[in-house]
Amino acid sequence: MLETWRKTFLFAPHPETGRPTFSLADLAVGLGILTLLYVVARVGAESLVHFNPPEVIPQVGLDPWNLPNYAARSTLRMFVALFFSIVFTFIYGYAAAHSRRAERVLIPLLDILQSVPVLGFLSITVTGFIALFRGSLLGLEAASIFAIFTGQAWNMTFSFYHSLRSVPNELDEMTTLYRLSRWERFTRLELPASMIGLVWNGMMSFGGGWFFLAASEAISVLNRQYTLPGLGSYVAAAIEAKDLRALGWAVVTMILLIVTIDQFFWKPLVTVADRYKLELTAGEERRFWLVDLWRSASLPYHIGKLLDPMLFRIDRALSQLTAAHSGGAPQKPSKAGDVVFNTLMGVISIALLIAGIRFVLSGVGLREVGHAALLGLATLARVVFLIAISTVIWTPIGVAIGFSPKLARISQPIVQILASFPANFLFPFATLGFISLGITLNWGSILLMALGSQWYLLFNVIGGAQGIPNDLREMATSIGLKRAKEWKYLIAPGIFGSWVTGAITASGGAWNASIVSELVSWGNTTLTAYGLGSYISQATSKGDWPRIVLGVGLMSVFVVGFNRLLWSKLYDLAESKYRLG
Amino acid sequence: MSSVAPILTAEQIAKTFPLPAGGEQTVLEEVSLEIAPGEVVALLGRSGSGKSTLLRILAGLIQPTHGRVMSKGKLLIGPNPDVAMVFQSFALLPWLTVRENAELGLFARGADKKTCEQEAVTALAMVGLEGFEGAYPRELSGGMRQRVGFARAFVMKPDVLMMDEPFSALDVLTAENLRGEISELWEAGKFPAKSILLVTHNIEEAVLLADRVVILGANPGSIRGQLKVDMPRPRHTKNARFVQLVDYVYTVMTNPKAPVEGLPSKAAESERFPMLPHARVGGISGLLEIINDRGGREDLPKLAESLRLEVDDLLPAVDAAALLGFAVVEHGDVTITDVGREFATAGVHRSHEIFKEQLLKCIPLATTVVEAIKQKQDRGVEKDFILDILDEHFSESESERQFETLVHWGRYAQLFEYESNEERLYPSEHEREEINDPRI
Repeated sequence: MLETWRKTFLFAPHPETGRPTFSLADLAVGLGILTLLYVVARVGAESLVHFNPPEVIPQVGLDPWNLPNYAARSTLRMFVALFFSIVFTFIYGYAAAHSRRAERVLIPLLDILQSVPVLGFLSITVTGFIALFRGSLLGLEAASIFAIFTGQAWNMTFSFYHSLRSVPNELDEMTTLYRLSRWERFTRLELPASMIGLVWNGMMSFGGGWFFLAASEAISVLNRQYTLPGLGSYVAAAIEAKDLRALGWAVVTMILLIVTIDQFFWKPLVTVADRYKLELTAGEERRFWLVDLWRSASLPYHIGKLLDPMLFRIDRALSQLTAAHSGGAPQKPSKAGDVVFNTLMGVISIALLIAGIRFVLSGVGLREVGHAALLGLATLARVVFLIAISTVIWTPIGVAIGFSPKLARISQPIVQILASFPANFLFPFATLGFISLGITLNWGSILLMALGSQWYLLFNVIGGAQGIPNDLREMATSIGLKRAKEWKYLIAPGIFGSWVTGAITASGGAWNASIVSELVSWGNTTLTAYGLGSYISQATSKGDWPRIVLGVGLMSVFVVGFNRLLWSKLYDLAESKYRLG
Repeated sequence: MSSVAPILTAEQIAKTFPLPAGGEQTVLEEVSLEIAPGEVVALLGRSGSGKSTLLRILAGLIQPTHGRVMSKGKLLIGPNPDVAMVFQSFALLPWLTVRENAELGLFARGADKKTCEQEAVTALAMVGLEGFEGAYPRELSGGMRQRVGFARAFVMKPDVLMMDEPFSALDVLTAENLRGEISELWEAGKFPAKSILLVTHNIEEAVLLADRVVILGANPGSIRGQLKVDMPRPRHTKNARFVQLVDYVYTVMTNPKAPVEGLPSKAAESERFPMLPHARVGGISGLLEIINDRGGREDLPKLAESLRLEVDDLLPAVDAAALLGFAVVEHGDVTITDVGREFATAGVHRSHEIFKEQLLKCIPLATTVVEAIKQKQDRGVEKDFILDILDEHFSESESERQFETLVHWGRYAQLFEYESNEERLYPSEHEREEINDPRI
C-alpha cells in the first residue's frame, strides 16, 4: 500500500532503467523546491510584522513592481486556507459519514453554512481575529484566510462526505471482513475513493476562493478601513485612486497567477488523482509534463526510499491505535439516547433562534424587518432574472461545446480561467461603464452578480451535453428530428439534471455576490442598488450589529427557502424522471 | 457429516429490514443451517430468497434480528474471523497492485512484510496469476480479477470460504473455466479452506460444486429443503445422474409449492431410460481391450494420461462400458468384468452377439424399441415415436442424440435397421454381413 502512495506522489521507477539516475530533471526539481521554500519563508515572515491599528496600518503601493510580492502573499493566504479546508473536510466529513447522530446535526448545519452569505460575516470575523492576535498583522491575515476558507470548505466537505457514503457496498464489506483498522480503511479505501472528487472540488473551490480573497483583503468594518497587502487590496487602492493602469496590471497578474497555479499545482494533482478511479475500466493514463518530470527525477525516489521504513512504522502504529474491535458487537444506538439527543439539539436550535430574533427586534423593530424583507425580494428578483438570462445565453453555447470534442478542447482552459478569475477584479471596469453610460446599479448589479456566477451554469451544461450518449444523438439524426424537436425531446431533458445543479450553484454564488455587487464605488463616487446585499454591506461598514444579523439571517432564509421550495423539487425531478442510464 | 462438530451454525435466524416507507420487510425467517468441516454447501435460491443476506449473517457482516450464529462453538459477534469471502463484483481496490490486494487481509492482521509477500505470491500462483503480482486490477480481464479475489481469500486460510455468486459477473466461458479450476483445487485436496459455502442462483453450478444443495424459498427467505449430491468427483455436466439432479432441482425451483423431498431415488423411473453416453462401439471395445491388456484394472486419470487424452474424452466410453455391464467404475478405477473381457477378446461375429445380449439386458430403451418394432412388423417404427418417449426424460437436442446413439448401438447389435430417408426403424430380419464395421 505504501508503495502505491509512494509511486503516486514521490516516484515511480523508470520503466526501462528501474532506478532513476541523477539527471537534469533533478536539477529542475531541486531548484523548484528551493525556490518555493524561499518564497514561502520570506512571504510568511512578512505577515508577522508589527501591526497596531489604527496607528500602524500597512500601506499598499500602486507601483506595478510591488505586484509580484502582493501576488505571493495572496497566494500564500489561499494555500493556507486550502490546507485548513482540507483538514476541516476530513474531520467534519468523516464524523458525519461515520456517526449517525453526528450526521443528523452536521449535514443540515453544513447545508445552512453553505447557504449563508459568507461575506456578511466578515465584520464579525475580522473583529474577532484582530482581538485574538492583538498587535500583529496575523489577526487580519487570519480573518482573510477564514473568509477564503468559508468559501472553499463546505463544497469540499460535501464532496468528501458523499464519496464516503457512496463507497461500493462490497468494498465496505471486504474491509470489514478482512478487519482493516480504521486507519487502514481510511488510507486504503476511503481516501483513495474520494480522491478524484476532492481534487476536482478543491480546484473549483480554490477558484472561487479568489473572489473572497479580493473581498477580504481590504475591508471597512465598524467604520474602520483595514488593509492587508495583497492583490485584493491593490485593486481596492487602485479603485480609490482611479488608477486604470494599475487595475490593468492587477488583472494581468491575476491571470498569470491562475495559469501558474493551475500548471504547477492543480494539473499535476488531477493527473495523479486519475489513478484513483473506482471503475476498473482500462483507459489511457492521463499525462502531464510536470508529473513526468517529477517521476523521471531521482531525488524524489531517494527521498521516498529513505522515508519508507519510517512511513511503514507510522502506518503500522496508527493501524494498531485504530484497530477494529475484535469480537465487539457493533453497538446498537439506544432509542432513549436518540430521543435525548434529538430533544437536546431541538432545544439548542430553538434557543438560538429566539435569542437571534429578540436581539434583532430589540435593536431595530418589526418595521425594519419588513423593510429588509422587501429588499430581499428585490435581490431575489435579480437572482431569478440572472439565472434566466444566463440560461438563455449559455445553454446553447454550452451544448455546442459539449457536443464538439474539438470545441471542448479549445474552450475548456479558457472557461476554466474565466471561472477562477475573481469577478470583483472586473467590477471597477463595469462600474466605470455604468457611471459613464448612466446605468443605474439596480440593473447593473445583475451584470456584476452574473460575472462570477454564470460560469457554474456553463460548466454544468457542457458536462450535461457531454453526458448525452452518442447513440441517442445518432438516433435523433437518423429519425430526422428537426433542431427544435431535438431540443425538446433529447437535449433539454438530457441536460436538465446538470442544468439544475449548475443553477443551484449559480444562484448561491449570486446571493453571495450581491453583497459586493449592490454597493460599488469608483474613487469618491459610490453606486448603490436597492437590495438586501447593499443593506448588509452598509450595515457591515457601519458596525450596526442588529442590522447585520437581520440582513444575514434574512438572506439565509431566502437562500434556504428558495432551495427547499424550488431547487430541491427540480433536483428530485431531474433524479427521477430525467436520468440518463 | 453429523458425527463431526460443525464449524459454522446458524440457529433460528430471522432478519427484517426497515422499509423506507415505514414498516419492515422480513428477508429471512427461521433459518437453521450447519456447515461441517470438509463439505461444500451451496445456497441456491432465486432473487429475494435472502441467500446473500444469510451468507452475510454467517460472515458476521450483518446482525440477525433473531437467532444466533455459532462459529467453532462460540457465539459470533462482529465480523467472523474464521471466514474469507469471494465477492460477486470482486471487491478489489483499483489503486492497489494484484499482490497488494491479495495480501490485504494478512497485512491487516499485522503480519510482517515478508510473510505477506510470500503468502500472496503463493496464493496467486495457485490461481494461475504468476507474473501478474505488480499489475493493477484494471489491467486484468474479468476472470483474472476474480482470481485475485480468490487469492485474497486463500491467503487468509479460512475455515470456511464463502463465495457470493463468484462467477456470475463473468462471461459464460470464463466462468466455466474458473469454476472448473476451483473445483479441481478442491478435488485435489489442495484447497486452503476446510469448507466452502457457495451462494448461487445457477443450478448447474450448485450441483457441480456442492456436496449439499440447500434450496431457499422466497418471500420471506426460508430453507425449503436440502439435497445431497451423491456423485463422485470430478463431476461432468453430461453425466446422466448429473442431468437427473439438475432436472430435479429445476423442477423444484420452478414450482415454489413443491416439496423438496431431498434425494430423488436412483431407482426411480429415470432408471428406466438411463442416459446413453455418446460412445461409439469401437471406442468402447477399444477401451476394454486396453484395460484387459493392462491386467483388467486401471486408474482413470492414469489411463487418460497414457493415452494423451483428457479424462473428459474417455468418460463416454467408460460410462457406456459400465452401463452395458462390461466394466465397473469405482473411486476413479475401471475394472473389466467377465463379459467385458469376453467382448474385448471375441471375434467379430461373437462380439456382435455379446453386445446384443448386454444391450437387451442392460438398456431398457433398447428393449422398448425392439418390442415396438415387433408389434409394427413391416410397417416400421417412426423416429418421432421414439423421440416422443425420450422427450419425457431429456431435452429436445439430447433426445435426438440419444436416438442417434441408440441407432448406432442397435445397428451394431443387429437388433434393428434404420432407414434414415424414411426416418423409420425396421426389424433386421436378414442378417447382412456387410454392415458397416463400426470399429473404424
